[in-house]
Amino acid sequence: MNSIILLSVLGLGNLFLGFRRSNRLLLPVAMLMLAVVFGVNFLDWGTSQSFFNEMLVVDNFSVAFTGIVVLTALLLLPFSQQYVRDGEANLAEYYSLLLFSLVGAIMMVSYNHLLMLFLGIETLSIAMYVLAGSDKRNLRSNEAALKYFLMGAFATGILLFGMALVYGATGTFVLRDISFAVQNPANATLTPMLYIGMLLMLIGIGFKVSAAPFHFWTPDVYEGTPTFFAAFMSTVVKTAGFAAFLKLLVQAFPAAAAQGLWLPTLTAMCVLTLLIGNVGAVAQTSIKRMLAYSSVSHAGYLLIGLVAFNGQLEGASANGVFFYSLAYSVATVAAFGVLKLVADARQREDYNGLNGLAKTNPLLAFVMTVAMLSLAGIPLTGGFFGKFFVFSAAVENGYIGLVVFAVVMSMVSIYYYLRPIIAMYMNAPDATTTEAVPVGSFQSAALLLLALLTVVLGVLPGLVSGIL
Amino acid sequence: MLTVLLLLWPVAAALLLHFFKGGAARVAAFGAALVELVLAAYAAFTFNPNNAGQFSLNLPWIASAGMNFHVGMDGLSLLLVLLTAFLVPIILLAAFRRDFENESVFYALVLFMETGLIGVFTAQDAFLFYFFWEVALIPIYFLAGVWGGVNRAKVTFKFFLYTIVGSLFMLAGFVYLYFQTGPAANGLAAHNSDLASFYNLNLPAETQAWLFWLIFAAFAVKMPIFPFHTWQPDTYTEAPAPATMLLSGIMLKMGIYGCMRWLLPVVPLGVDRWQNLVLILAVIGIIYGAIIAIRQQDVKRLIAYSSLSHVGLMIAGVFSLTQIGLQGASIQMLAHGVNVVGMFFIADAIERRTGTRNIADLGGLTRQAPVLTVCFLVLLLGTVALPLTNGFVGEFLLLAGVYQYNAWMGAVAGVTIILGAVYLLRMFQRVMLGPDSSFTATFTDLTGAELALLVPLIVLVFWIGLFPNTFLHLSEGSVLSILNEVVKR
Repeated sequence: MNSIILLSVLGLGNLFLGFRRSNRLLLPVAMLMLAVVFGVNFLDWGTSQSFFNEMLVVDNFSVAFTGIVVLTALLLLPFSQQYVRDGEANLAEYYSLLLFSLVGAIMMVSYNHLLMLFLGIETLSIAMYVLAGSDKRNLRSNEAALKYFLMGAFATGILLFGMALVYGATGTFVLRDISFAVQNPANATLTPMLYIGMLLMLIGIGFKVSAAPFHFWTPDVYEGTPTFFAAFMSTVVKTAGFAAFLKLLVQAFPAAAAQGLWLPTLTAMCVLTLLIGNVGAVAQTSIKRMLAYSSVSHAGYLLIGLVAFNGQLEGASANGVFFYSLAYSVATVAAFGVLKLVADARQREDYNGLNGLAKTNPLLAFVMTVAMLSLAGIPLTGGFFGKFFVFSAAVENGYIGLVVFAVVMSMVSIYYYLRPIIAMYMNAPDATTTEAVPVGSFQSAALLLLALLTVVLGVLPGLVSGIL
Repeated sequence: MLTVLLLLWPVAAALLLHFFKGGAARVAAFGAALVELVLAAYAAFTFNPNNAGQFSLNLPWIASAGMNFHVGMDGLSLLLVLLTAFLVPIILLAAFRRDFENESVFYALVLFMETGLIGVFTAQDAFLFYFFWEVALIPIYFLAGVWGGVNRAKVTFKFFLYTIVGSLFMLAGFVYLYFQTGPAANGLAAHNSDLASFYNLNLPAETQAWLFWLIFAAFAVKMPIFPFHTWQPDTYTEAPAPATMLLSGIMLKMGIYGCMRWLLPVVPLGVDRWQNLVLILAVIGIIYGAIIAIRQQDVKRLIAYSSLSHVGLMIAGVFSLTQIGLQGASIQMLAHGVNVVGMFFIADAIERRTGTRNIADLGGLTRQAPVLTVCFLVLLLGTVALPLTNGFVGEFLLLAGVYQYNAWMGAVAGVTIILGAVYLLRMFQRVMLGPDSSFTATFTDLTGAELALLVPLIVLVFWIGLFPNTFLHLSEGSVLSILNEVVKR
């Protein structure tokens, strides 16, 4: 709760800083405040409080996921230095929108009432619609914003429709009460209204986390959206979306009868997402589009964590989703960060744009390598243990076939995650890639920290693996 | 505690190496590797062959999942740790001869890999073992990929994919075994992944039959055993000489060691089921490797195929499940490591001087380089397994083991010595004897530094050949306890 209040105030404060045209101050202030929010957030650790008539609940689950999204935003911010340098006129607005969408993300991980889920998703999304189009003179960015907005508004409508039907069937918006109503012996045979409501909600959230077959917007929107905001989209939005997803399934629909519907649906979505994400990524020539498909495929791995459902916001399933989201977010921010620096300097986003990067910018190449290995799930990086925890949670619940499929898909992923590494280390630089990419000291520090975090998660996963 | 020091020192040195540039980095890396060798030697002197796991340490790693940072050494581990610690400084010295770009990174990767290798040989927890298994892969991928030959990107990609796919199968097998174990000692987790718990599982024979292939997949690719070997000749040829030495000298022993520690005692019934098939594959590999080696024109490729053939014999010895066969594999791992590193070094020395590895382009080196000729001949005869050299002890024990299992297989496998003599002596004759070629006219003999590198190897050729008991004694206890685990059920 403290983090929501602080962030809202901070967002407004940022707007006022913007009136004074003090762009230089914006970045350090925002980072400092985010660091404060990150710390303050953990004051709520171990407590369980509810606010506004149980509309929001702050417990370990929400604190842990709030920690991930705030940390991700904090580590991402240094890559907006370019905007400061270019004297971007609307920088204060960007930061404020970013912070407001962070508020939305925190609401999504701590809701206890479907209205709060809806508000959270909208707060997050509306800010992102604007930010996707923030490169106003770029047609692609405009296209991305329009696509994201149209598809997003449509999905939100479906989600809302689903909520209304669930309300109609159960008479409540509060998660626990929904589960009581569903489990009530008087409602032993679930009504079609509830079934349809549940399905529509799955579709709505599936869109937000870009799970197939609701992923079609992802590659185009990522490609057009300025890289800085695309990174935010693929980390914070996805983490918050999955936390909300898990919470919904665990707290509102744990009943066996309800599981009978959503479990096969999610399993099918999971298989499809893994297939489309990984096979789609193989065919890409642009790194940004590859990362977009890769984010689809990671939604698939995270869905395995949901399928390995154990009816609790703790234990193997929740911990798996938590660890995976953390490792994925850190590695993705690192990958997008390097991509943004290289793309800004070289004006290209294809694999060959990375040629010879190991010679011109050893640090960038190293960080990108760590990020790629982590996304591919190679040991020594956090990504490996993310997959390991999620997969073993699924094996424990008997989903051996699903895990085998996921492992085969992650073998496929090695192909496209190695391509940037091969370009950086084994290809000779060409005419456009002989110059070193300029990197600010702030950004170097952030990149090093991201690589370090990834390796620490990969060597000492015990530090955070069992906290839920 | 000593094991942890052995593990941490190389990686710490690798990180510190970042602060050195150029020549200073070489010296620092070599110094660090020597310190590691001293540590390993100290471990060998204080080691008591009659006791099981020594220098062990067991700390919680992922407490909530019952995985521990459990390391320790028995005689078999110690032998391979000694081999690693002995070969790494030699491999670093061999790298001195070449001017690499970003030297400090190159040497740091070699040291980093040393940690991974020693971790593989000392891990007593399944997931820790897997962890180090992959830690050893990442540096060698970059060593071969960044500093390798023209086709390096394609070749190393194939290598990486093969090995990672193999090891993912192994991981799947470990995960299955993990869920069959009892609660962890700390009481926090429902299962644990300690080696001892794996040994105590009593799984039905059908389960072990498929588990065998999951776990064996990783080892089969790494060793490699026919028909999983197709990555090997290309990778050995394209990788820079030091990386080839790491691959052939130490890394393939990971596979054989893995079979002995993590396969035979863990799924003994599965081994029983497939023993015959693996032996047949191994014997095919022996003959196949040798026959292809006879046809090779490239010195490096010839040594690569010869290595394939020799590894086949080691696998056959291990899977004979006899004490003599396992002991033979233990000592042959040392002997092969010494010989193959020496052979690749000489191949590299010749290539650096003449610019070619093609046998047809070479000839008459004896006249210009008598010292090189002697060194080459000793290592070559060691590889051919002439009595009094290290290869003889190992191959004799291995063949005896295979013969005990099945006389016919022993006889076919024995052909390896004859074929080995054919392709190696043929190479020696073409390269060292005969008329000069345009490439070899201005050939110079070994420098003092190169000789300093080869002398320890040659000393070991004779040491293992004349006094094999120094080493056999170390591994005897572990081999017996492994066989006990196998026959227990």
